[in-house]
Amino acid sequence: MTFGPCCDVAWGIHRDVTLSDGALLIDRRGLETLFQALGSQGYTVIAPTVRDGAIVYDEVDGIEELPAGVTDIQQPGSYRLSTRDDGALFGYAVGPHSWKKYLFRSEAVVFRARLDAERGFVPSEAGEPAATRYAFVGVRACEVAAIEVQDRVFLEGSHRERDYESRRDGAFVIAVQCGEPGGTCFCVSMHTGPRAESGFDLALTELVDAQLHEFVVEVGSARGGAIMASVPSRPAQSRDLGAARAVSDRAASRMGRTMESDGLPQRLAELLEHPQWDDVASRCLSCTNCTLVCPTCFCSSVEDTTDLTGTEAIRTRRWDSCFTLDHSYIHGGSVRASTRDQYRQWLTHKLSTWVDQFGTSGCVGCGRCITWCPVGIDLTAEVAALLAPAD
Amino acid sequence: MNTPEVPRKPSIAVWKFASCDGCQLTLLDCEDDLLAVAGEVELAYFLEAGRASVGGPYDLSIVEGSITTAGDAARIREVRAMSKRLVTIGACATAGGIQALRNFGDVKEFLAIVYAQPQFISTLTDSTPIAAHVPVDFELRGCPITKTQLLEVIGAFLHGRRPNVSPHSVCVECKRAGNVCVTVAHGTPCLGPVTQAGCGALCPSYNRGCYGCFGPMENPNLPSMVQTLRYQGVDDGGVIRMLRTFNAGAPPFRDASEAIEAEARGSEA
Repeated sequence: MTFGPCCDVAWGIHRDVTLSDGALLIDRRGLETLFQALGSQGYTVIAPTVRDGAIVYDEVDGIEELPAGVTDIQQPGSYRLSTRDDGALFGYAVGPHSWKKYLFRSEAVVFRARLDAERGFVPSEAGEPAATRYAFVGVRACEVAAIEVQDRVFLEGSHRERDYESRRDGAFVIAVQCGEPGGTCFCVSMHTGPRAESGFDLALTELVDAQLHEFVVEVGSARGGAIMASVPSRPAQSRDLGAARAVSDRAASRMGRTMESDGLPQRLAELLEHPQWDDVASRCLSCTNCTLVCPTCFCSSVEDTTDLTGTEAIRTRRWDSCFTLDHSYIHGGSVRASTRDQYRQWLTHKLSTWVDQFGTSGCVGCGRCITWCPVGIDLTAEVAALLAPAD
Repeated sequence: MNTPEVPRKPSIAVWKFASCDGCQLTLLDCEDDLLAVAGEVELAYFLEAGRASVGGPYDLSIVEGSITTAGDAARIREVRAMSKRLVTIGACATAGGIQALRNFGDVKEFLAIVYAQPQFISTLTDSTPIAAHVPVDFELRGCPITKTQLLEVIGAFLHGRRPNVSPHSVCVECKRAGNVCVTVAHGTPCLGPVTQAGCGALCPSYNRGCYGCFGPMENPNLPSMVQTLRYQGVDDGGVIRMLRTFNAGAPPFRDASEAIEAEARGSEA
């Protein structure tokens, strides 16, 4: 294979980019223009940015707020930022936040109601106003997969989650193909990454070395193509595509963790009385962190409260967790009253009964539950211990 | 007999035992909401608000403070006897408060050191929560309690429903707020995983570890928490001090701190 010099092809505006076209190449200024184009089309741009010693997802005004030259070091129960000398904008793995904080909000008013003397409580408004249109920049392959998992939960069942639906419909997804997997990543085991093949409007692969800093842009939708029409770009050459592929291949070979996933749902279903559940329960704090950082966990509680006069009522939905006693509370008590039962419920739902319920695994291999567990419980190690042959 | 009556407003009494008054002042801190409270209830006995008092019985008694004297142990029974519902507020009333540190020491020794005339001091050896003496309908945690939770408890009482006060960990509030975990990302010792929510994750929101003001969460795993604190470099004396603050007497915290002491004695022997 021969590589042509990149300067042969002029940068320019390509007005007729469509889904069928090949990939494009942009530089940092092109990325800045893309951010501006999203803003001018009314999107609120959410992207990775550094805050409080971590790379979080937050609203940004431009690419200067991206974590340039920052990376993360992740291990069970530990996350630290570090620096890298190549100035990469996306040279890190996923952090404490996931996109669910925008799509499935941690707290939302379902409705408000007012007491009517004859009709009882009457809803006075149907939920909150129309959602913001978000552009998510830096969505990793595991996160694209996670959003698709939540789509099945919230949009494809018999009840559609209206708040989620309104936010999801408007969301513009710019994926970033991972180049720097974290110490707790295992997307390769879960077949969700490190490359996103679909589920995005645009997908960027960052090519950065001493000489150049460019991004191969794959176009995944018509509106993705439309927005690229306003961004200076040039068609990606085979050497650019080869370099992008090499980024993903290298990431795939550097996963921090592996998990045995073959036949896992059936095998776990037969291990419900395994002594390992007691072992993990001795370490687990039931603190809920694993579930709340998980990009697919969708449990919530719904609370009705009244004001002091008893005439105004609010129904609120909040993130909840299978690790709280109230979550499984029914008449007579909590169904899962011990940490052992709670952890077993979480792990077997995520990796086994989720498949029965939704047709896919509930785990995308992002590693957040491992990194953000205060006591460093490693899902992949727990599964390995459960599957290990008895002594 | 069919004469319509104006419904009597429920009467509320606020009582103080061994405490700093901070929790009952939370009621006065309700500001605008205080007017709403005053509109719905008769504040029959509330010395922080006014000297006028109406005799019992009361529909709701709000009790602050712990029991530290024989006199108070008798008085709480009288309060209970004239109250339809009794709600305790704050770490003192629900766990014995910071004064429960005496439970780990020798009160006579303290008296001899602190008072010139210790013979005039009449006190119990332990500081105990109200629920150790009389039945309690609801315990509202915190040092101090949270204003919105107090209003929720009063509102729930007025309308005969269960208060929406969650007994899960502080971590839930941190994650809902989008906070970066101070333990995982900074290595800061934090009692959030074993502490009940209610403060809105106040300290972690300012990058401080949780001090445990709201006492143990519903099913705390103290042995694992203690291991984690040690792993983070907190020595045993430090772990004991973390567990012995406002909720030192709460059984899970008390047992964990005593277990560390017992371990130290075992290794000395």
